[in-house]
Amino acid sequence: MLRLSNLSKYFGGVRAVDALELNVKTGEIFGLIGPNGSGKSTTVNLVCGIFGPTSGSIELDGVDLKRQAPHQRIDAGVSRTFQNIRLFDDLTVWQNLWVAWRDAPGQEHSWFSNWFGRSLSRRHEIQKLLEFSGLGDKSNNLAGNLAFGEQRRLELARAMASKPKLILLDEPAAGMSSAEVTDLRQRILTMKEMGITVLLIEHVMELVMNVSDRIGVLNFGTLIAEGLPEEIQNNPLVQKAYFGSSENTSGGDTNAIDQ
Amino acid sequence: MLYFLGIFQTIGVHTLLGLSAYVLLLTGQLSLGQVGFFAIGAYVSGILTVLFSWHIFAALAVGALVAGFFAFLIGFPALRVKGLMLVVATIAFSEIVRLFFFNLSWRVEVNGFDVGPDSTQGFREIRYFAANGWEQTHVVALIWSFVILVMFLLWWLDRVRAGAVLRAVGEDDLAAQSSGVNLTMVKVAAMTAGGVIAGIGGGLFAHSTTYVDHHTFTILLATFAVSYPILGGHKNVFGTLLAVIFIQGFVIEGLRFMGDYRNIVFGLLIILAMNLRPQGLVDGHFISDIKKKLGGKPKKDSADA
Ligand SMILES: Nc1ncnc2c1ncn2[C@@H]1O[C@H](COP(=O)(O)OP(=O)(O)O)[C@@H](O)[C@H]1O
Ligand SMILES: [Mg+2]
Repeated sequence: MLRLSNLSKYFGGVRAVDALELNVKTGEIFGLIGPNGSGKSTTVNLVCGIFGPTSGSIELDGVDLKRQAPHQRIDAGVSRTFQNIRLFDDLTVWQNLWVAWRDAPGQEHSWFSNWFGRSLSRRHEIQKLLEFSGLGDKSNNLAGNLAFGEQRRLELARAMASKPKLILLDEPAAGMSSAEVTDLRQRILTMKEMGITVLLIEHVMELVMNVSDRIGVLNFGTLIAEGLPEEIQNNPLVQKAYFGSSENTSGGDTNAIDQ
Repeated sequence: MLYFLGIFQTIGVHTLLGLSAYVLLLTGQLSLGQVGFFAIGAYVSGILTVLFSWHIFAALAVGALVAGFFAFLIGFPALRVKGLMLVVATIAFSEIVRLFFFNLSWRVEVNGFDVGPDSTQGFREIRYFAANGWEQTHVVALIWSFVILVMFLLWWLDRVRAGAVLRAVGEDDLAAQSSGVNLTMVKVAAMTAGGVIAGIGGGLFAHSTTYVDHHTFTILLATFAVSYPILGGHKNVFGTLLAVIFIQGFVIEGLRFMGDYRNIVFGLLIILAMNLRPQGLVDGHFISDIKKKLGGKPKKDSADA
């Protein structure tokens, strides 16, 4: 599905992403972990077109994304959430989804109705997405007035509103309570069942180890390991990069590493 | 009576100018270029009625379209600059337009009289209304028809998806882009719409005052234009109208005895308002405050935590 080859992004002297090779397969949940500053968010920004790469290529199902503007990549089927929530605070919950909404193939509205139609036309579908996100009764609230966990859910819903093939989640569990993490986990699994491929960047090990089909470990902008969750958990190289040393970690009980 | 009609005229024209800046402000663009589009609308429509004897409606339409076309062109480079740089770039544009008309001399004999833009002397024969038997009340009615039409369209825009998209871009253009919004299209469209609105305002202004010259289209007027939506807040179009009534009706008219010092008062008011109510005088709270005072319930969506 997503293939990054020899992808690099330098900020001045900082090699945020450095000759990265990454392959996410259709339908899987790929966990991407790595210490702070290892280039995870930069990778998301490269895939979504917020930054242009210094070199390398980004392909989605064989289509080169590099020359596409960010909004065109949404059309190509990639969407994302942000590490620091970025909602349209002064818009309602409903409007946040409406802005990002793309009709399912075969059910497109006309150009005019897309821009100048009233909200009624998509009421049913948007309401369904709101319900999926546990925001069914909040549609008229301002996004900025939601509680933290609700904002995270709304951002996820907004990313789904464009009907993506591939969704990039940048630390979606950051700051969540463990009940909320369980809830999120269920939602990510449902997305997988719906056929959406997920690239999950996460520090919360309990989530990423449980939900991912495969995991890649980023350090200094390159992938230092890749494999099944249990392989990654027991990889000494990973423990060294991630925890500074291979002592005092026994696998599954590790939780948020920072923040 | 004539005095009040004059004020209505001014308030109407300034509201159009303010609304043209309001559209841009929705997308987060602060432009001092609106006076440039206003000038284009004024001169183009004036030239069409005076030199070519066009009907006023056709002339206003073409003036607005030409202004919109220039706004469309300005929209592309404007995308690349943000914040203060956009302010500076749009000032430059307004000055170029002003200097162009300052130097424009196009005198033609119509019915035995020399008419047309006369460079430094200005353009002094825009007498379509008087020549065609319009009374001042008709002129005021015409101006306000456009004000109401534009206000209605902008009010309606907030009820369809386009309005939400404009505001999303204004709030966070990176998140909007990442939600599939074509920033180029939205920002250029807003710029063009702003140009058309300012162009209509300019055409109405030129014909209602009968003359324009380069003193008319100064940076001070450009500052007024952006101040209205800033003071009025960008929650809705009525804020802009209230700000114009307040500034033109009370500050400028009420303090006439102070002469040009009024502009200082105006400047101070802006600074004060920006500090006290950064969201504008008429923000969401203002409206719920009023509703509360009137005994109604506050707006539901801003009450939830
Ligand atoms: N816009 C930017 N400008 C300059 N340096 C940046 C920028 N974004 C990220 N970096 C740098 O790139 C490196 C990787 O950052 P990031 O991708 O945010 O890491 P992570 O998400 O893994 O914590 C860091 O050293 C960071 O300081
Ligand atoms: Mg990050």
